Amino acid sequence: MNLAAAANENLANTSNTLIYSAMAIYTLAFLAHMAEWVFGSRSKVGRTAAALTGEKAAAPAVTVRSTAQAGGTAVLDRPKVVTRSAAGSRDVPDGVGAHGGTEKGDLYGRIAVSLTTLAWLIHVGGVVTRALSVERAPWGNMYEFSTTFAAVAVAVYLVLLMTKKNVRWLGLPLVTTVLLDLGLAVSVLYTASDQLVPALHSYWLWIHVSCAIISGAVLYMGAVATLLYLFRDRYEAKLADPAGKQPGAFAKSVLERLPAAATLDKFAYRINATVFPLWTFTIIAGAIWAEAAWGRYWGWDPKEVWSFITWVAYACYLHARATAGWKGRKAAYLALIAFACYLFNYYGVNIFVTGLHSYAGV
Amino acid sequence: MTAKTDTRENEPDLGAAGSQLSTAPKEELSLPSLGPIGWARWFWRQLTSMRVALILLFLLSLGAVPGSLIPQTSINPVKVDEFKKQHDILGPLYDKLGMFHVYSSVWFSAIYLLLFISLIGCIIPRTWQFVGQLRSRPPGAPRRLTRLPAYATWRTTAEPEQVLEAARRTLKKRRFRTHVVGSAVASEKGYLREAGNLLFHIALIVMLVAFAVGQLWKSEGGKLIAEGDGFSNSLTQFDDFKSGSFFDTDDLAPFGFQLDKFVATYERSGPQTGTPRVFRADVTYFSGADGKEHKTSIKVNEPLDIGGDRVYLLSHGYAPEVTVKDGTGKVVYEGAVPFLPQDQKNFTSSGVVKVPGAKTKDGKKNQLGFQGFFVPTFGGKGSGSMFSVFPALDNPRLTLTAYHGDLGVDSGLPQNVYQLETKNLKQYKKDGAPFAQMMEQGQTMKLPNGDGSIRFDGVKQWASFTISHQPGNELALGGAVAALLGLAASLFIQRRRVWVRAEPGPDGVTVVEIAGLGRSESPKLPEELADLAYALQPDAPQAVDEDGEKPASTSPAPDSEDSAEPSDSAGNADPSEGARA
Ligand code: HEM
Repeated sequence: MNLAAAANENLANTSNTLIYSAMAIYTLAFLAHMAEWVFGSRSKVGRTAAALTGEKAAAPAVTVRSTAQAGGTAVLDRPKVVTRSAAGSRDVPDGVGAHGGTEKGDLYGRIAVSLTTLAWLIHVGGVVTRALSVERAPWGNMYEFSTTFAAVAVAVYLVLLMTKKNVRWLGLPLVTTVLLDLGLAVSVLYTASDQLVPALHSYWLWIHVSCAIISGAVLYMGAVATLLYLFRDRYEAKLADPAGKQPGAFAKSVLERLPAAATLDKFAYRINATVFPLWTFTIIAGAIWAEAAWGRYWGWDPKEVWSFITWVAYACYLHARATAGWKGRKAAYLALIAFACYLFNYYGVNIFVTGLHSYAGV
Repeated sequence: MTAKTDTRENEPDLGAAGSQLSTAPKEELSLPSLGPIGWARWFWRQLTSMRVALILLFLLSLGAVPGSLIPQTSINPVKVDEFKKQHDILGPLYDKLGMFHVYSSVWFSAIYLLLFISLIGCIIPRTWQFVGQLRSRPPGAPRRLTRLPAYATWRTTAEPEQVLEAARRTLKKRRFRTHVVGSAVASEKGYLREAGNLLFHIALIVMLVAFAVGQLWKSEGGKLIAEGDGFSNSLTQFDDFKSGSFFDTDDLAPFGFQLDKFVATYERSGPQTGTPRVFRADVTYFSGADGKEHKTSIKVNEPLDIGGDRVYLLSHGYAPEVTVKDGTGKVVYEGAVPFLPQDQKNFTSSGVVKVPGAKTKDGKKNQLGFQGFFVPTFGGKGSGSMFSVFPALDNPRLTLTAYHGDLGVDSGLPQNVYQLETKNLKQYKKDGAPFAQMMEQGQTMKLPNGDGSIRFDGVKQWASFTISHQPGNELALGGAVAALLGLAASLFIQRRRVWVRAEPGPDGVTVVEIAGLGRSESPKLPEELADLAYALQPDAPQAVDEDGEKPASTSPAPDSEDSAEPSDSAGNADPSEGARA
């Protein structure tokens, strides 16, 4: 074995160590999030529930002030802009968050986010050293794909947090699934670092696969928000109908802390709509690459078929949002189906179906 | 990022202000008036409605599923046959349903054709409508601006005309289309959203047309070539060939090439030992009538472009060179025989040599057939047959068993060149066991009874190519790029209207009202409105109250239910905080 190869093997081992360390810290973040939810629920439970059903919540107006270009010399008073929600929407305020408005809960939440950030840095280190060890993009097999995927998902979450978006409620589901994903990667999908077959030697690998990973990670956020929307929507519907069946204590304690159904729905829509063009581009880039590698841009290979199905399913969802009678829950189910298609394309097709793409190794 | 969720078209109290903010078709559920024309119109309306488009889209994705799970003739006919053999009931049923060629089946075609008819039926009226909208002006301000989703007001010392003029100027500078109606400026922006949406849907049609052209006029053939051999682009030269319905074999472009050398290198050490590093086919090609020759190389992701056709490198392997002598001592076969790899990693390969012209030493017809294995790097014998441990030619061995009799090649029926038809052949035996010999390069295997010999001379490499002709690629790419641009415009641009009204209040002081309406709710709209109000301040400064203090702002016009506390509802006031749209 020559020196370079030995160095690469060292790097590969370093990468594995880093991934395991990241998992350990993600686990701590998971526990901190759990603490956030548990301590958060101890008090203030009644407060937001009252706000939800109370008279005041029905106020249709919210005041927003544009903060752009504030400060400066001449202090001009900026007229307040009053906004109104669309007719027929529930106008329920967002929940306070997992911490339930308690300081202790909030502290744990902050600890969880800090731990997630730390774990993510180590995680990225693991992905990068893996890439260095094989001297190529770290997306040659499902192990590498999974670890990169999780890193991008956490990155998206952290960026949203940094831009002051109200997404901390995503923390627990995200960290949980990242742990599952990494666990699956290191146990079932692990592949020793390996070179790419020449068919994968192409700059389109960088373009196509990186876009696929980013799209997937962002679509995943959308799917989580959609799922939570469905729960929260049912919860709000129950509250709005005091004569009907009321939510149980546990459901209430969890769901009342989430953002309002309308907020979740919009968040999911905006996330999905924003990455849809990127997903479209991913497929186009794949077609261009296929044209160069196999002589046809579209050949109904299983991977291509499922990308197409996923794409059409998301197009369906976007259409539903513009179709009377299909907004809300129905559109949300479509969004979940669409994401299930993405997941199947990634796990299902690689494992159960053989096609041209399967040479990348499970 | 825009958020456009709840279409506001149908809000009752906005009047004309919210009309025509998009060109999406309205839903019509009413039953048709009687008569065939009524029904036809009803049917057409239904087909081109959003609801039916949605259902068809859903069916399209559902319909694509079976093709990825059931073997397809176009992709792997062998698997289809296997499947049919294994499933007595499902096989014929699937056959009837077209499940083995889903993407060209009647029902799948029906779905996408209906979808595209719906699409065309949708685009044409929408385009007309959009042109109309571009020609007309934004609608005048609704009577009560407080009803709009974003609203602000203040009192100013400036005259109403002065304010309106300033508003018009400011809005124009921000590329709104503006005009003054009565005491208000009406303006609109973001038409590119609609244009993008139309472009996207038109591009979908372009892509479908390009795909159809590609399918109908394409041709694709495969050819396996050993080093030193050549190929010229005519039907008889292909190992296999398929083409679209409208392809004419006279259309095959005149060109050809010869495989000079195939280069493959492999990682020799470290954890990636044996992984290929380079695959390259060095070829000499000519194109057109003049036949001038050029040298180039073809790699896996770098096909050769010749006169609109493309030559792709598909796979490679080894072709042992052998010399066969028959019983009379005459050389009856000499050349390289391509063996197919059984193991893609280390290239343990198998193949056959057919020698139809051989005779016994008495001069009787005695066709010879050899079947065997080739390994580039001998790694020992596993359970019976030998195996290779490295893909490069380090220590090649050829192991053959031999048959004689009738090869079955004289019947005229096409035969698989990689398989021996052993029905009328007898295997040479030695001590009751099949006669076999493992040879190193240069060694000879002598057949029993003096029936001849076969010598393992050397090894060449072969490469297989796909030669494809596919028109419409550029059109498809153009359509895809247009679709992407249209989609981005459609999703990221928000169409919105802004009205500014300036009228003298009851006390004679000018009241400025400014309100915005998007096609859907967006957090950007209030921000934009606040910016606009801010930009208007120099021309419409806030009026100072009697006691010399500027009011922070006047509260929204006292419009009964709208005056509900705007400022402090439930702590979600900051638009930048969260996805509260
Ligand atoms: C080939 C099938 C089709 C695909 C893949 C498709 C895809 C899409 C996508 C992805 C959008 C979202 C972009 C946006 O919101 O602006 C959209 C919007 C839209 N589509 Fe389609 N579409 C198809 C067929 C149709 C048909 C047949 C109609 C007419 C009935 C139609 C009418 C519309 C309209 C009106 C919008 C805009 C919705 C809005 O204003 O928000 N589409 N389409």
